[in-house]
Amino acid sequence: MITAENVSCSYGAKPVLQGVSLHVSPGEVMGLLGPNGSGKTTLLRTLYGSLIPDGGRVRLDGEEIHRIPARRLAQRLAVVAQEAPSDLMLSVADVVLLGRTPHLGTFERQSGRDRRIAARALQRVGALHLADREFNGLSGGERQRVVIARALAQEAGCILLDEPTNHLDISYQHEVLHLVRQLGTTAVVVLHDLNLAARYCDSILLLEAGRQHAYGTPEEVLTRAVVEPVYRVKAEPVVAEDAITQLLFRRTEDPR
Amino acid sequence: MAQEDAVAGTDGRPGSDRLTAAPAGTARSTAVPGDTPELGRRMGRRSLVWTIGLSCILCVTVAVCVGIGPVTIPPGTVLGILGHGLGLPVDPSWTAAEQSIVWDMRAPRVLLGLAVGAGLAVCGAALQGMVRNILADPYILGISGGASTGAAAAILFGVAAGAGQYALPLSAFLGALIASSLVFLLARANGQVTSVRLLLAGIAVGYALSATTSFLIFASDDAEGSRSVMFWLLGSLALARWDAFLALVVAVVLVTVAFLVLWARRLDALSVGDETSRALGVAPMATRIQLLVVVSLCTGAVVAAAGAIGFVGLVVPHLGRRIAGAAHARLIPVVALLGAILLIWADAGARVLMPPRELPIGIITALVGAPFLLILIRRMYARLS
Repeated sequence: MITAENVSCSYGAKPVLQGVSLHVSPGEVMGLLGPNGSGKTTLLRTLYGSLIPDGGRVRLDGEEIHRIPARRLAQRLAVVAQEAPSDLMLSVADVVLLGRTPHLGTFERQSGRDRRIAARALQRVGALHLADREFNGLSGGERQRVVIARALAQEAGCILLDEPTNHLDISYQHEVLHLVRQLGTTAVVVLHDLNLAARYCDSILLLEAGRQHAYGTPEEVLTRAVVEPVYRVKAEPVVAEDAITQLLFRRTEDPR
Repeated sequence: MAQEDAVAGTDGRPGSDRLTAAPAGTARSTAVPGDTPELGRRMGRRSLVWTIGLSCILCVTVAVCVGIGPVTIPPGTVLGILGHGLGLPVDPSWTAAEQSIVWDMRAPRVLLGLAVGAGLAVCGAALQGMVRNILADPYILGISGGASTGAAAAILFGVAAGAGQYALPLSAFLGALIASSLVFLLARANGQVTSVRLLLAGIAVGYALSATTSFLIFASDDAEGSRSVMFWLLGSLALARWDAFLALVVAVVLVTVAFLVLWARRLDALSVGDETSRALGVAPMATRIQLLVVVSLCTGAVVAAAGAIGFVGLVVPHLGRRIAGAAHARLIPVVALLGAILLIWADAGARVLMPPRELPIGIITALVGAPFLLILIRRMYARLS
């Protein structure tokens, strides 16, 4: 369970988040939406203690997050952050085994059990056959699944993902979010695509300029009245074959 | 395409049943079936074999290279003298001159080469991991330059004279630490240290420190001024002898290697990225500072003993990654062995290539290292693209 109360943040004098609150129940998948620069990634960073908010509190299962020692926090909360690719040639197996880091002390070595947990995590994302490949040589979709496997190997009860569908083609986007959905862990996902959020999230927090614009179920948040002023587009609800409401968009100025 | 198979597989191709295999609702898989494969086993075995093989090669290298020099001594005699020196029951069947050349001159020199090579190579590997850039090494980041300046200041102007016989290594260490801190401070912007800024800051600080070292040497009126410049800027193992200083350098390198092996997972995390390492419970800035202090200590000791030898810290880690992969627990021991072997051979070359003069060892490491680096980089990019 993750809760945030009245979280505020600023970079220098510029406020980035103002009074945002949220509550993610065990097993719930929450989507963080908002236009570019609305504070999604900043909010996510406060949720895993990478950024300490200027005001407000973030709690994990009732415990204040910045009071939890880093290693113990990492045993309970896994993060899939966006990282620039590095020059170093870590293998897929190495990357997934990194997920065991919070469970191992300085003088401990990886045991057979750690190796098996990592193998199973890779199996769960359907990428065991990639184990010996070089991480940097993978396609975007493969890389994303490997990074999710690393988070799974962490065996944390909560997982936070920063735009996991970024740069992926449509089939991978659905694949990745379907996977997150199937994990059954508490998840917070930063997304750009409102229709993906409608399909895969239990709840949605929509940010606009660092403030909470709307917060509720996809049916409550992804409506024409809520979305149109935030993104400054025309939105047209369409019910898909599986009864999930999706939105079609066009420019506001376009005559109809 | 393999990727499409893996994602779109619905007909029994790899990955098709991945989601049904996962028990939904459980994040904690405390019970792992015994028949699950162990990830990373193969690579672990492979690097273990290499580590053992390289250890053997190192032993042969020591035995052969102690015999190489203006006077050639056969490996059998070398082993006898070394064994005798180490207190083994060997009957002396060699001349006093051979005894003196092998035990008093070349053995400490080879031991120093071993320590310097291993030290520079592991420092390079650690720096490349922590700044996520394959161009980092103690030389390029200005740390060697700082150590040179510190050492030159100690010798020529008696800086840190209060520390007695440890004035030189202490001063070199402080020089290295000051240089590396300076580079990190210069590279910092908005609390972030980017690789490019770090390299640029390192190059700038390195040039400034080289100039400072040269200036100190000339300003000191040292009669052997120009030769000293060569020593500090290009390196040499000629000053090695059995003394407390040699013991100190060897000890510092051993401690550094052990530390880096223990810190290997943190280095792996840092090499992926700051946010990821934070999310894995590894504080990026604190870890970098710990690593930087150890790397500075090691570089300081090594440069105080042998001058600033370039290219070892840059090239050897790349070679090591090709052998053992980039995970530091496997990489560090392999890199230490490779660095030691390379430097001992380079020093043997320095002794015999231009008789009767000795070449500065930095010339050899650069001549061997530069083309080697180009080949490695070409291969690396060819493989990625």
